[in-house]
Amino acid sequence: MNLSKSDVLHVARLSALALSEAEVDRIAGELSAILNYVEGLSSVDLSGIPAEEGSRLPTALAEDLPVQSLSTDWALAGAPDRSGPFFQVPRILEEGR
Amino acid sequence: MSTSIHKRPLFRGWEVVVGLEVHTQLLTRTKLFCRCDNRFGAPPNTLVCPVCLGHPGTLPVLNEEAVRLGIRAGLAAGCRISPVSTFERKHYFYPDLPKGYQISQYAQPLLTGGSLKIRTDAGEREISIHRMHLEEDAGKNLHAGIPDSSHVDLNRAGVPLLEIVSDPDIHSPDEAVDYLKRLRLLLRTTRVSDGNMEEGSFRCDINLSIRKPGSTVFGTRVEIKNVNSFRFVHKAMVFEIDRQIDAIEAGEKVLLETRLFDPSSGRTKAMRSKEEALDYRYFPEPDIPLLVVSDSMIDSQRRALPELPEQRADRYCAALGVQRADAEVLVAEEELAHYFEEGMERFRSTSKGEESFKKARDRWTSFILSEVLRETNRRGADVLSGPTSVEHAVGLIDRVLSGSLSFSQAKEVYARAIEEKKTPLDLVEESGLVQMSGEDELLALVEAVLSDNPGEVAAYRGGKERLFGFFVGSVMKKSNGKANPEKVNDILKAKLNG
Amino acid sequence: MSNPFFSSLAEFAKGRDSRKFTIEEVARYFMSRTEQLNPSLNVCLSLNENAINRARQLDARLARNGADSPFFGYPIMIKDNLEMEGFPTTCASKILEGYISRRTATSVARLLSLGAIVLGKTNLDEFAMGSSTENSAFGPSKNPWNPTRVPGGSSGGSAAAVAAGLAPLSLGSDTGGSIRQPAAFCGVLGIKPTYGRISRSGLVAFSSSLDQIGPFSGSASDALEALVAMGGRDSLDMTTTERDPGEMRRDFAATRMEETQIGIPEVLFGEGLDPSIRKRLLELREALGGKGAREVPVTLPHSAYGINVYYLVATSEASSNLSRFDGVRYGFRVKNPADLRTMYEETRDAGFGDEVKRRILLGTFALSAGYQEAFYRKARKVQSLIRKDFMEAFQHCDAILTPTSPTPPFAFGEKTGDPLSMYLSDVYTITANLAGLPALSVPVGLDGQGLPVGAHLIGPPWSEGRLLKLAEFISALYPMPLPEVHAGHPTVKGPGDRG
Ligand SMILES: [Mg+2]
Ligand SMILES: [Zn+2]
Repeated sequence: MNLSKSDVLHVARLSALALSEAEVDRIAGELSAILNYVEGLSSVDLSGIPAEEGSRLPTALAEDLPVQSLSTDWALAGAPDRSGPFFQVPRILEEGR
Repeated sequence: MSTSIHKRPLFRGWEVVVGLEVHTQLLTRTKLFCRCDNRFGAPPNTLVCPVCLGHPGTLPVLNEEAVRLGIRAGLAAGCRISPVSTFERKHYFYPDLPKGYQISQYAQPLLTGGSLKIRTDAGEREISIHRMHLEEDAGKNLHAGIPDSSHVDLNRAGVPLLEIVSDPDIHSPDEAVDYLKRLRLLLRTTRVSDGNMEEGSFRCDINLSIRKPGSTVFGTRVEIKNVNSFRFVHKAMVFEIDRQIDAIEAGEKVLLETRLFDPSSGRTKAMRSKEEALDYRYFPEPDIPLLVVSDSMIDSQRRALPELPEQRADRYCAALGVQRADAEVLVAEEELAHYFEEGMERFRSTSKGEESFKKARDRWTSFILSEVLRETNRRGADVLSGPTSVEHAVGLIDRVLSGSLSFSQAKEVYARAIEEKKTPLDLVEESGLVQMSGEDELLALVEAVLSDNPGEVAAYRGGKERLFGFFVGSVMKKSNGKANPEKVNDILKAKLNG
Repeated sequence: MSNPFFSSLAEFAKGRDSRKFTIEEVARYFMSRTEQLNPSLNVCLSLNENAINRARQLDARLARNGADSPFFGYPIMIKDNLEMEGFPTTCASKILEGYISRRTATSVARLLSLGAIVLGKTNLDEFAMGSSTENSAFGPSKNPWNPTRVPGGSSGGSAAAVAAGLAPLSLGSDTGGSIRQPAAFCGVLGIKPTYGRISRSGLVAFSSSLDQIGPFSGSASDALEALVAMGGRDSLDMTTTERDPGEMRRDFAATRMEETQIGIPEVLFGEGLDPSIRKRLLELREALGGKGAREVPVTLPHSAYGINVYYLVATSEASSNLSRFDGVRYGFRVKNPADLRTMYEETRDAGFGDEVKRRILLGTFALSAGYQEAFYRKARKVQSLIRKDFMEAFQHCDAILTPTSPTPPFAFGEKTGDPLSMYLSDVYTITANLAGLPALSVPVGLDGQGLPVGAHLIGPPWSEGRLLKLAEFISALYPMPLPEVHAGHPTVKGPGDRG
């Protein structure tokens, strides 16, 4: 399968990656080569084969007991931008999800 | 499962099809995947840890209590409990979503099927519940009063949610609101959620479309996100129904879109369209093994299940002889139902004979449905304890039953008791309130009224029987409301007809 | 590898307890050796400035109470995608600029609680994505055997650190061969345990369903002790096993070469295998036979698709795991982004290197609407067939032998232009991750150019103890010389040179 430039731009958008014009071209070629290789899977007969899944042992769950949280300052210490007790980001224009 | 006999309401000749998605926060002590407090109203970013902040190297660890509560809710709504269920990741970038994905149950939810009975003016129906699943809440973005930036508080990030998805089985705003009220009550009764709508622990997404009656295909569906009060749900739906009908009748198309309800204008409006195409790229969450639920876990939740509102209303009707409509109102608020029942137990033990118990039941029921309900609506559940606790209220109604206080006096005293934070009987004592029940006293009053109004007496005797009420009223007035109205009736009848 | 104090963990404990040397002396030796050699090898990304202090405190505790673990005072290094509270974790990426860990990885914490000393954090391919340690934002590490060759990757720094004698033991992570391939390239032992044996808590995730942490060491018994120390159930990782890690010690003790059936998948000795590596492996087969092991031919028909499956499953999970690096809560963010969307896109574009971006894009594509069925899901189905093949093979044998890498350590830049050829260097190691199996690489001497060759053993689930015992037998057959860096550094003091 060969990826077009617009395929790459779409995937880049989903991945939240800004790509330069030159990068888009290069990556379209690289990803196409890799996809062509991995498409070798198509020759495997998969009728009736379930996808790989986890174990069916009883799940080890956590007890509902609180543990001390981080302090606000500790939580925010490494933030690229903060305002008082909040993380700060450029104004969000899209409303909710 | 909607019954075909049921007549669907039409709106300007159109049928409305609605499915509701409710997100309700679970009453756990800690979050779904970390052990930070699950608590509303703490200062920003104080209930956070590396896990719920999405730090590198952290892994989710599933909270057992959230699974238990989910199972309990499922049992209450008659769902099938999946012995094995899965968690998936749902991806999108947003500042309130620390990991860049939400962990949610997608392919195989914990609970499927189930139903909820609703009752509206159009009759009784079952609304079927498609599925219920566990997922984590997002944090909060704040915009107000900040010009170029937004603020992020992650206290809510990772709080456990149960998402409850109905089938598109709902056909009017009234049905939607009744469904939501009953669902909320069910969750509160089972202690699965506090259902607190102001605090966002019970939120609703509305999927609404219209079609011509008889049509079997769905119209284009519009999703109205995050509506957080019953009133708004009703308003949003009424507006949206009209908007869609207007559009179609004007030859336009309804767009498949997400809208928001604006309470200030009462309108829904399209959300700013997301620039990127939405593609959540769900895939199995590799950090969480299959959720395998044991039979003993299910059994213990079945045992923990309290009496459900539906069952409680049935019991009030069958065992206590309460009217269906009254029973429905009584069970709608859990604290009120407890108050009612405790009072009934007291009357049961003090009443002599079935007749006197029935009298007490009717007085007590009507007292609760008028006075107590009004006060709890106005002031909250506080009025169910303290000076107006069951014990004190029963004492007050006892006075009415014994005839030493009129019902209207009792109502007045009850209102004052709440206002002045005194017990009703202390107030009765203080203000010397007693009902006049003495034959002689009452006879004197009646005779005075009759002699003051000779014209009316003559008219009554001449056949104008409607005047009887006038005489009763005058006697009551003369007694300053203290006369026992039943006895006044008897004496008046004897005097006028004798 | 070699040092003037001890040749194994057990010997360290003996020397320490008999006061032949102090913990501080040992720590100082490795620290100063690292300070001398690191500028040329570029193996460590950060050093623990508190290490000597800790050594001194441990000496004091030793004097008071003695030691109850061989690891008490033992110096180690950890790959810089493992977290240690209060220390930076870079993952060799610009996007984690300024990030300080809030917690310690369970694996590291368990060694620390026994008294180990973390000397420093080692270089890697960015987010463990690569097979050469060339994809590091802080420059490549050098192979101690030959500075023109890559040390392998992604745990190249940890492998080179042990090979160059900067630490007797180090930790790495292995998603598709990232411990075993650099172990082979650097001539040390490296093991990837069974999936679920060691907690991943505190390991920055690359591909969550494939990642496992494991040690590099000079000997099998040291690796065994490290696995036992780190293994077992962890309440911070739901995928950890309930099994007692002590079973590995019991299996190690009970294993005999004479009773061992070695599975030989002929297909894996096929095309693309370097002749000198083939030669070494054939010699090894013979030698094992001579020691009483029985050869069993095995077929792993779906392993031929290992790389295909791996590059879909691993990149899909990676695209998801790396979503959290968004410039909101920690790490790097571009200056003055025009709006929110720009902040995300430019931060991630500038913060991630080329290989990481390539894999994020590939994984996002493999999961995206319309393609998930044909790529991600299909890969997961083939993955289940690969696992099934192995389970059937282990009905007939105790371990499967292959080369670790199809080639000797390659030169810098040799494969960076062609991502696919780099991916192919994981062809022998990748299937163990896809099947969740334990596997190790053990040195079997040098090739014609004086570069190390590794043999690869894959075992059934939870068979680490037996695999390590087999590795010990093999090591005895191949006494390894030391790489040249061990000569010519006389200034580092050994025991007795106190001053
Ligand atoms: Mg949801
Ligand atoms: Zn938390």
